[in-house]
Amino acid sequence: MKAPSPMSPNTYVGQPIERVEDLRFLRGRGQYIDDIKRDDQVCAAFVRSAVAHGRVRSIDATAALAMPGVRAVITAADFDGPIPTIPFRRPNPSIGPYAQPVIASDKVRYVGEPVAVVIADTAERAEDAAQEVVLDIEELPAIVGMAPAEANEVLLFEAAGGNVASVFVGTLGDAAAAFAAADRVVRGAFRTQRQTAMPMETRGLLAEWNATTSHLTMFGAAKLPFFNRRAMAAMMNLPEAQVDYIELDVGGGFGARGEFYPEDFLLAFAARRLGCPVKWIEDRREHFLATGHARESACDIEFALRSDGIILGARGTLFSNIGAYVRPNGITPARNMVQFLSGPYRIPNIHFEGRGIVTNKTPAGTYRGPGRYEGCFYCEQMLDLSADKLGLDRLEIRRRNLLTDADMPYRLATISPSDGAAETFCDSGDYRSTFERCIIESGWAEKAQLQGRLIDGRYHGLAIGNFIEGGASGPQENARIDVEADGMVSVYAGSSAIGQGTETVLGQIAADALEIPFERITVLHGSTTYLSEGWGSYGSRGTVMGGSAVIDAAQGLIAKFRGAAAIALDVAEKELHIANGVASAPNGRSVKLAQMAGLSCDGSFKNSKATYTFGAAMAHVAVDPKTGHVAVIDYLAVDDVGRIINPLTLHGQVTGAAVQGLGSVFSEELVYDESGQILVGSLADYLVPLATDYPTIRCVSLENYPSPNNPLGAKGAGEGGIIPVGGVVLSAVTAALQSLGVRPRELPISPPKLWALIQQAAQA
Amino acid sequence: MKLAPLDYKRPASLQEAIAILAAHDGAALPLAGGQSLIPILAFRLAAPTMLVDLRGVPGLDGIAIGPGGVRLGAMVRWRDIEDEKRLAAAWPLLPAVISHIAHYQIRNRGTVGGSLAHADPAAELPGLAVTCDATIEIVGRDGPREIPASALFVGALSTSLAAGDLIVGMRLPPWRDGRRWAFEEFALRRGDFAIVGVAAYYDLDDAGRVVDAHIGAIGVSEYPIRLTAAEQALNGSPIDDATIAAAARAACAMVEPQDDIHASAAYRRALVGTLTERALARASA
Amino acid sequence: MTAIMQLSFDVNGAPVVVEVQARTTLADCLRHTLGLTGTHLGCEHGICGACTVIVDDAAVRSCLMLAVQAEGTRVVTVEGLSGDDSLTPLQAAFRKHHALQCGFCTPGMITTLHALLTDEPFADADRIRDVLSGNICRCTGYIPIIEAALEARIAYQGKREDGRR
Repeated sequence: MKAPSPMSPNTYVGQPIERVEDLRFLRGRGQYIDDIKRDDQVCAAFVRSAVAHGRVRSIDATAALAMPGVRAVITAADFDGPIPTIPFRRPNPSIGPYAQPVIASDKVRYVGEPVAVVIADTAERAEDAAQEVVLDIEELPAIVGMAPAEANEVLLFEAAGGNVASVFVGTLGDAAAAFAAADRVVRGAFRTQRQTAMPMETRGLLAEWNATTSHLTMFGAAKLPFFNRRAMAAMMNLPEAQVDYIELDVGGGFGARGEFYPEDFLLAFAARRLGCPVKWIEDRREHFLATGHARESACDIEFALRSDGIILGARGTLFSNIGAYVRPNGITPARNMVQFLSGPYRIPNIHFEGRGIVTNKTPAGTYRGPGRYEGCFYCEQMLDLSADKLGLDRLEIRRRNLLTDADMPYRLATISPSDGAAETFCDSGDYRSTFERCIIESGWAEKAQLQGRLIDGRYHGLAIGNFIEGGASGPQENARIDVEADGMVSVYAGSSAIGQGTETVLGQIAADALEIPFERITVLHGSTTYLSEGWGSYGSRGTVMGGSAVIDAAQGLIAKFRGAAAIALDVAEKELHIANGVASAPNGRSVKLAQMAGLSCDGSFKNSKATYTFGAAMAHVAVDPKTGHVAVIDYLAVDDVGRIINPLTLHGQVTGAAVQGLGSVFSEELVYDESGQILVGSLADYLVPLATDYPTIRCVSLENYPSPNNPLGAKGAGEGGIIPVGGVVLSAVTAALQSLGVRPRELPISPPKLWALIQQAAQA
Repeated sequence: MKLAPLDYKRPASLQEAIAILAAHDGAALPLAGGQSLIPILAFRLAAPTMLVDLRGVPGLDGIAIGPGGVRLGAMVRWRDIEDEKRLAAAWPLLPAVISHIAHYQIRNRGTVGGSLAHADPAAELPGLAVTCDATIEIVGRDGPREIPASALFVGALSTSLAAGDLIVGMRLPPWRDGRRWAFEEFALRRGDFAIVGVAAYYDLDDAGRVVDAHIGAIGVSEYPIRLTAAEQALNGSPIDDATIAAAARAACAMVEPQDDIHASAAYRRALVGTLTERALARASA
Repeated sequence: MTAIMQLSFDVNGAPVVVEVQARTTLADCLRHTLGLTGTHLGCEHGICGACTVIVDDAAVRSCLMLAVQAEGTRVVTVEGLSGDDSLTPLQAAFRKHHALQCGFCTPGMITTLHALLTDEPFADADRIRDVLSGNICRCTGYIPIIEAALEARIAYQGKREDGRR
C-alpha cells in the first residue's frame, strides 16, 4: 500500500486504502444480526407449505401451542382486515393481482410459502413446535415450467386470468425494416438456470415494538432501508416516523438480501402483538425456499445481419420464470433483458418482448447483474452463431459492432410500459478500447494457436466477450456531515453496506472533499435514524450516488466553515483561504474545521442518468471430453469504471463477481421436480465455487472514460464482474468443442450435461 | 436447523456403551466423530432420543501395521491416517483414498467407524473396505464377531448392524510387495461426495500376468461394489492397453447406477469406464 | 430429553463452566452461552466452514460438534487469536490483500489458516487451496485469501524448520 499523504486534494481517492471495516471483521468483532439479543426477546420459526400448489383446508396449532416455551402461533386467521401484500419496487400496470400476501390464507403457491409463525422463548423451541403444526392442504396441480405456465394449463391466480404477470417491450429504430433489409437472419434459443445469490449470512431480523411510543424498530436492515421503512409503515398502519430500520454488519447481499420479504412484516406484526422483541434467523435450509431465487430465463431471438457482420437489428422474446408471486423486484430481470441485451454493441433497430411468467416456485428477484448477465449471455451466443454463419472471425464480428466514443451518448432500447427509467443512454467510452486491451493483456495472439486443439486429452478453447454494466440508479442519494465535539467528522450516508467497503470508500471521498485525514472520519450508513430520507445500495449505486452526495455535503460544509471562520476570525469570507481543513486569514490567524464542533451540513445528489461501466473478458478453458469437466485455465476481465475510488475494493468486486459467475456457468442450480418440490436444500447440493475451483482470475481496471453524469466521474462497479461470465465462458467451451460440433444452449454446463452433449454430437 | 431434544451419555467402557445402545433398541445412536450424524440431526432427518459418545471408550483408537496387514480402530480419524506416514509404504492405497474424503476440518474429526456405519453409497472408506476384502470387527450384545465388509452394507445409508452393535475396528489384509494400485475419483468439487470413484489393485505373476485383481466402485449403486467383470478381464492377462480397455468396458457393462440431481445414470456408467481405465493406466505406469 | 448438562472446558486460554442442553452445538454454546459471536454460523450442516474453531489444536466445524463433546478440551475462537488492539500477521495480511469483503466467512478462514500454518508453516498454494476448499467465501473469489495466507506463512515459520507437523 502506498503511504498516502494527507496534504493535497485527491490524496485518498484512487489509492488502495486498507479498509476500516476489516479491523472488526478480522477479530470476530463484527456485529451481525444474530450477534445481538434482547433480554426479553422471543424467537420465531416459520411453518411453510410443503406442497407447491394447494388450497389450505385447515391449520391445527393445538399441539404446538401446548409445547414448552411456546408463546403464540400466528396464522392468516389472526388478521382482522385484508392480509397485507409485499410491495413492488417500481410501478407496473399489470402486476397488482400477483402480489404476495404476507401469509398464506386460502391458497399456497410454492414450497416454502409461510403459512404460520411459531413464537417461542428460544429458537430451538420455536423449531420444535413448528414441526408440530399440522397443515391440511388440498394439493392442486403444480406448474413449474414456463411453457406450460404461458399456456395457462393451470392458473396460479384465477382472478388474474393468466400466468404472464408482465410484458415489457423494448424498442429502438425500426426492427421490421432492418430485418427486411438483412443479408442474413440468425435465430437462436438459449436458457439460463434458476439460481440464488447465496450470501454467506442468511437473512435475519429482530423486530422491537415500543408500546409506549408506538414505535417499531427493525434491526437487520440491508440494501434499501428507507424504501422498506416506507412500506412497513404503510402495512403496519403507522406514520413513517414511527418506524426505523437499523443496519448492522451484513454478511453479503448480491441483490437478494434486504428486499422486503413476508417474514419482515410477520416479525413486526408478532412484536406488536406480543409486546416483546421478536428475533428470527433464517436457517440455511429455509434460505433455499424463502430467499429470492433468480436467473431462470430463456430467449428465442433473431439478429438481422449484413454480410460483413454489421448487425442491423434484433428482435424476439425473452422469458423470465419469476416464481409464484411478483416480489419487489420480480419483473426486473425481464425488464433488464429487454433493455440491455444489446449491451455494448451497436444494434440500431430493436424489438424485444420480455415476459414475466408465474410458476409454482419460490418467487424470484434480483441477483447481481439481474437480466444483464442473462442478456449478455444471449447476445454473446448470438454473435458466435452469427459469426459462424457468416464465416467471420468471432473477434472480428465483435470489433465491428462495438460502440465507440463517437456514438456517445448512445440510446439503448426504450422500455414500455415505463417504470421511470424507460429511456437510458450509454454515457461515455470507446468500447473497443477495453476489447483491444483485453486481446493484448490476455496474450491472445499466442493463445490463439491453442484454439480447438486436443492436448493431453483436453480440448482447449478461447473467447472474448464484451459487456456494459448499468450503475448509479437514480433518483437521489443523501448525506450529512457533522463536526463532532472531539473534532472528528461524522459522515452519514443513505448508501448501505452489504460487504463492499462502504465505510472506507465513502471515507476516502469525504477525506478528499474536506481535505482532512481519512482517520478523522467516521462513516455511518444504512440506518433510517441517520438521515430523514435515503435510498441505499442496489444497481451499483452505493459509491457513485452516495459518494456524490457526500461531496455535495462536504462542499456545503466547507461553505459553512467559511462563514463560521469569517466570524471567528473577524474577516470577510472572501478573504479566507481554506485548505487542508484550515481556514486562514491574511493576517495569519487561522481556525481548524476540527474546532467547529456542531457544524453540520446536509447534501444530496439527484440524478437519473445511469452510468455505464464497460469492459471485456477473456476465457481460456480446457474440456475433458470423457468427464465433461471444464478447467478454467485463464480468465481475464478488463473494465473501464470511469474513476477508481479504491483499487483494492474494485478488484475485490470484479474478481469475486467473476468467480460467482463461474459458479453460475458450471455448477449452481436450483433443481425442481415436476410436482414443484425443490430438490436442492443444502450447501452440499447447491454447488458454489470453492477455493480449489478457479485459481486463475485476473483483472485490469481502467479509468480512461469518466462518467459525465456525476462529480466523481465514477461508474458503478459491483456487478460488471459477473455480467460477461456466462457469455464468454460458454463461447470458449463452444470454441473448444467446435470440431465435435457441440454447441451448448443452456446453462449450467455441468460436467454431466456437457458430457451428454458430447455424446449426442458423437451419435449424430 | 437446531437439533431436536435428545439425551447424551459418555460411557467409559465398551460394555457400558453396548448396554446403553441395546437398552434403547435403536432409539439411541452411537456418536463417534459426528461428521455425518450431526448434519442428519440438524436437518431432523433422524430422531434418536439418545446419543452415546464413544470418546470415553478405551481401545478404539490406534493404527496397527504388521505382517497381518493394517488394523484401524473405529475411532481412528482421517487425520490420524494422514499423519501415519508408514502407511505410504505399508498400505499405500489407504492414504490415497483417504485424501479424497471431505475437507480439512472434517478430516480432523471424522472416523473410520463412523464412516463405515453411516454407509453412504459414495463414501470412500466403505468402497475401499469392499474392494480390498476388509474385515469389520463388531462387538454386540452377544460379544465380538467379524464379518467381511461386503456383508456390512445392505443399502444406501443402511448396514447389517443390529441395535447394540458397535464397529470397533477394520482390518485390511497384508499388502504384497510390488503390488500395482490406483484410486480415481470424480467429484463435482473438491471434497464433495464422489459422483464415481474406482479403487483398483493387482499383482503380477512372474510372467507379467495379472493375478488377484481387485477393482471396486463407489457412487454407482446403493452400496460399494466389486467390479468383478473387470477383475475377470484382467486376471491372467498381461497388462496392456487392450486389457485395460476390456476391463473398462466390462466395468461399464456391469453397473446399474441411478439418476440423481447431480448426474444421470448414463454419465455415471460412462465414468465407471473412464475411471477404471484411468486407474489401471496409472497403476500400470 | 432436554437434559441440561454441565460442561467444563477451556476457551481462549481461560477455563469456563457452562450449562447447556445436550442438543446444543459447540457453535451455539460459544455464540449464545458464552457471547463469543465471532464464530459465525453459515449453514449449520458442516459445509461452509464459517464456524471453524480450533479444538485441541485441530480446526473443526463447531456446528458439527455438540458442546458436551468439548468437555475437557481447549477451544480457541477467532477472538482468542489477537490482542485488543493489534492484528496478527495473518489478519494483517488479510487486510492488506483485501481478502475479506462482508466478513462473514472471515473468522472461519482465519481459524482454519491459523491451525494449518501452525502445523504446516511451509504449506504451498495448492495445499492452502485444498484446505480452504472446506471454507466457502461468496465475496472474494478466494484469490486474495490465498495471497494473504502465503504472505502470512513467514510469521509461522520461525517455530518449525521441517514444515511438517
